[in-house]
Amino acid sequence: MEYVTPQSASEASQALLQEGAFALAGGTDLLVKLKTRFVSPSIVVDIKRVPKIMTIEQSAEGWWIGAATPCAEIVEHDSLSKDWSGIVEALSLIGSTQIQGRATLGGNLCNASPAADSVPALIAAGATCVISGQTKEREEAVENIVTAPGITTLSKGEFIIGFKLPKPKLRSGDAYLRLIPRSEMDIAVVGAGVSLSVTEDGKIEAVRVSLGAIAPTQVLLTGLEDIFVGKEPDDDAIQKLVAVAEKACKPIKDKRGTIEYRTKIAGVLAKRAFAIALKRANGY
Amino acid sequence: MNDMTQNNLERALKIVGTRPPRPDGVDKVTGRALFGSDKSLPNMLVGRVLRSPYAHAKIISIDTSKAEVLNGVKSIVTCADFEDFPSEFVPNGEMIVNLKDITRNIMAREKVLYVGHTVAAVAATSEDIAEKALGLIDIKYEVLPHVLEVEDAEKPDAPVLHEDMMTIGIEPSPKKASNVAKRVEFGFGDVEKGFAEADLIVEREFTTQQVHQGYIEPHACLASVSEDGQADLWCTTQGAFVVRNFCSKLLGLSAAQIKVTASEIGGGFGGKTVVYLEPLALALSRKSGRPVKMEMSRAEVFTSSGPTSGAKVWVKIGVKNDGRIIAGDCVLKYQAGAFQGAPVGPGAMCAFAPYDMVNVRAVGYDIVVNRPKVSAYRAPGGPISEYGVESVLDEIALKLEMDPIEIRLKNAAKEGTIAPYGPKLGPIGMIETLEAAKAHPHYSAPLGPNQGRGIASGFWFNIGGETSSSITINEDGTVGLTLGTTDIGGSRASMAMMASEELGVPMDLIKPVIGDTNSLGFNFLTGGSRATFSTGMTVVRSTREAIEELKKRAALLWEVDLNQVEWVDGHARLIAGDEPKTMSLAQIAKQAGKTGGPIMANCSMNVTGAGPSLGTHIVDVEVDTETGKVSIVRYTAIQDAGKAIHPAYVEGQMQGGAVQGIGWALNEEYIYNDKGELENTGFLDYRIPVCSDVPMIDTVIVEVPNPNHPYGVRGVGETPIIPPLAAISNAVSRATNIRFNELPLSPPKVLAKLMHG
Repeated sequence: MEYVTPQSASEASQALLQEGAFALAGGTDLLVKLKTRFVSPSIVVDIKRVPKIMTIEQSAEGWWIGAATPCAEIVEHDSLSKDWSGIVEALSLIGSTQIQGRATLGGNLCNASPAADSVPALIAAGATCVISGQTKEREEAVENIVTAPGITTLSKGEFIIGFKLPKPKLRSGDAYLRLIPRSEMDIAVVGAGVSLSVTEDGKIEAVRVSLGAIAPTQVLLTGLEDIFVGKEPDDDAIQKLVAVAEKACKPIKDKRGTIEYRTKIAGVLAKRAFAIALKRANGY
Repeated sequence: MNDMTQNNLERALKIVGTRPPRPDGVDKVTGRALFGSDKSLPNMLVGRVLRSPYAHAKIISIDTSKAEVLNGVKSIVTCADFEDFPSEFVPNGEMIVNLKDITRNIMAREKVLYVGHTVAAVAATSEDIAEKALGLIDIKYEVLPHVLEVEDAEKPDAPVLHEDMMTIGIEPSPKKASNVAKRVEFGFGDVEKGFAEADLIVEREFTTQQVHQGYIEPHACLASVSEDGQADLWCTTQGAFVVRNFCSKLLGLSAAQIKVTASEIGGGFGGKTVVYLEPLALALSRKSGRPVKMEMSRAEVFTSSGPTSGAKVWVKIGVKNDGRIIAGDCVLKYQAGAFQGAPVGPGAMCAFAPYDMVNVRAVGYDIVVNRPKVSAYRAPGGPISEYGVESVLDEIALKLEMDPIEIRLKNAAKEGTIAPYGPKLGPIGMIETLEAAKAHPHYSAPLGPNQGRGIASGFWFNIGGETSSSITINEDGTVGLTLGTTDIGGSRASMAMMASEELGVPMDLIKPVIGDTNSLGFNFLTGGSRATFSTGMTVVRSTREAIEELKKRAALLWEVDLNQVEWVDGHARLIAGDEPKTMSLAQIAKQAGKTGGPIMANCSMNVTGAGPSLGTHIVDVEVDTETGKVSIVRYTAIQDAGKAIHPAYVEGQMQGGAVQGIGWALNEEYIYNDKGELENTGFLDYRIPVCSDVPMIDTVIVEVPNPNHPYGVRGVGETPIIPPLAAISNAVSRATNIRFNELPLSPPKVLAKLMHG
């Protein structure tokens, strides 16, 4: 097995084009798969030396988070945490303190698990990712990356350099909740990310809700504009949100939960995350 | 020699009852302590195991020829390398084992009986080569239908695991083989008559799932067999002598040919009382002539070691209107795994043991299924049966509008009570723990919304057994203790404390070590909560013998009669004479050479007189009624320790047992798919509690001395895992006003019950 540390994006893409190449960022998934003999790479491409891949930057448009930035650094970033509390909360739930010292946003997305905690929060926030390829860079919405468990739309030689988060609107808030049987160090049975903004008079201006672990990929709920936008979020609207969330579920029955359970919890968590995001939008 | 039952509680104790640091503490926190996989030898090989992919299959053929010629492979063993045995039952801790079964469990012969069953083992020069060799072993199977649950295994048309298994304990003896290995029954009186006289009867069925001890250290060993057949074995175990005896039988070696040294142990809880890798490593080493190291992966620990039974439990209790139990009846059906030996006997014996019963019956069935053979797990069998009884008792208390502690007090077993399993009980602390629970501020604290408080008690027997230890007075006045029971919970500290108390010298002058199998007489393993009680007994006895010798030496030096010398605070003291005359232990030790040679004493005995330990737990839970998630809000464990030698380690046992019980109650379960494959072979999906899942477990140590021990010690390790199952289930039931009777109380299961009843 060969190990390389490319110094530029194009060098990294070149290396990733080789047969049996695997990208290494934090390694919290790859090393486990290596040790359990689930994969046997011929070349491990450590992408952490690619410029900008481990930086957090703020600009007039919003935020840049390098794809290989450890979760712990993001979680400790005060102004980012203020702008995007839900995303930061989602990251703070991944694994354990030790894991968060290595784990990355790029890895969480590219591992393509339906239960990845950061992904529903990123989708709800309207995040995009910048993908580096052999010849060009492209930008793609986060919800367009994962197509099935373990499968992404990235081509051979492509990898994610970083994520762009919009500058949050005035009177906006986001939140992420997950259900796990334990209190930490677990995998989401269901995850729900909500991002919304309100008008000065308390009406919903925009809302995005994304669910995890309830289908082969994360799901961005549709039809929420009609329910919420331009209105005050009353009980009736919340009940409709619960129904939309439940309807979006196409879960599997497995050791972590039944179909009935996951469906029910999707509604509960969407409702609860919505309430937290709304509170934040209203400045509480 | 002093009377062994001399009650030391009547004199002021200086060391016993305090909380000094443990002698092995520094090594543990600095990483210097050596565990099962921490030793290596020159020219060592790596051993790996080939395991069955099928839950039940006939082995048609095993072809190792391709693997044998792989470069780097040094030896391969299969069942052909192990002698077969006739069916013979021998005691092993609180379990009974059969060598015919053990040899088949460590290496499948005619059939594989569970996914993960060992079929071959390879020793090679590297891990990669060993893994590659496993893939080259060609095994032809004829797959058979399998059975996982007791209710399916009992059916007349169920696939039969052992064609020669005729149920024991049924009259007349059955002519047809079945999966029911045995039936046991305990009790007295007339339960039918009792139920006829009852004012209220509650009858319920319960289900518990198979759970694993979850020790953090996987099984591991290092074996080296020399050309002249001398074997050296290093392994993580609760009993080096028991490992020696198993291995000598399985490999046809004498006890003298095998030296077993127990490593430090990263948890056992009963699961490290039998052998898995050890005989394989010895056989591989014998065949290759090189040392062989083996270690299980976590997945192998789950699929191929010895968890405890899942079970079906039926309980019926009849009471008078005043809460007095007039009859108790239960039927227990425990999974044994692939070979018989479910802990249903002890389960049946202790089911009603916290109570003074008039009419009582407990029937148990030991049923084989295509799961790994169960091993001991902390109070084997007790948590399951007592969960059923304590749950029904809680429901009765609710129906009678009685306080759950009051109904237990009304029926509490006490000194003189005839236990449901036969003997008359000596002094026990059931009433005392209940009174302490009632008086605890936790019991009267207000509850929040969606919260419920549960109570349950638990009884465990504890045991004594064969024990041997020695004490050496070193020439510089320090003291060596050689102990034969693996230290799994701080016993080195407790032993040094008892020796220190007896000798009257500071504890830091006493060095306790765990001896290998050549350094002492036979020691039964650390299990049955026996170490502090039994080894403590031999330590006190040998220390007193050493004191007699020290007095003798002082008498010689002073040229007086022995009866003129007494032992006070680490010194010999001349009783007669005008001026007080003393000689310290160190002064006597220094002159030992000229007064007769080195001073040492040992004690070997079959210790009897263990005292049962009773516990009562209080738990507050909060139920999220929208998600079914149960959180433990507050937890208090109260237990009779007899006497806590080192209270911090007693509390540690109480807390550890409570936490394992919380895991059992809330999330732990073996999840199988329809092929009989275990789906959760790691800690991610086999959910033992993490720290943040549990509050600080509050503890109250009650001390009702065991009159059969010089300091009043009872065992404490096992009782605390018994009450949590029912206490938590009762708390959830009270929080939701719905009776729960299945474990685990995991979020999906709780929500399903809340939604559908």
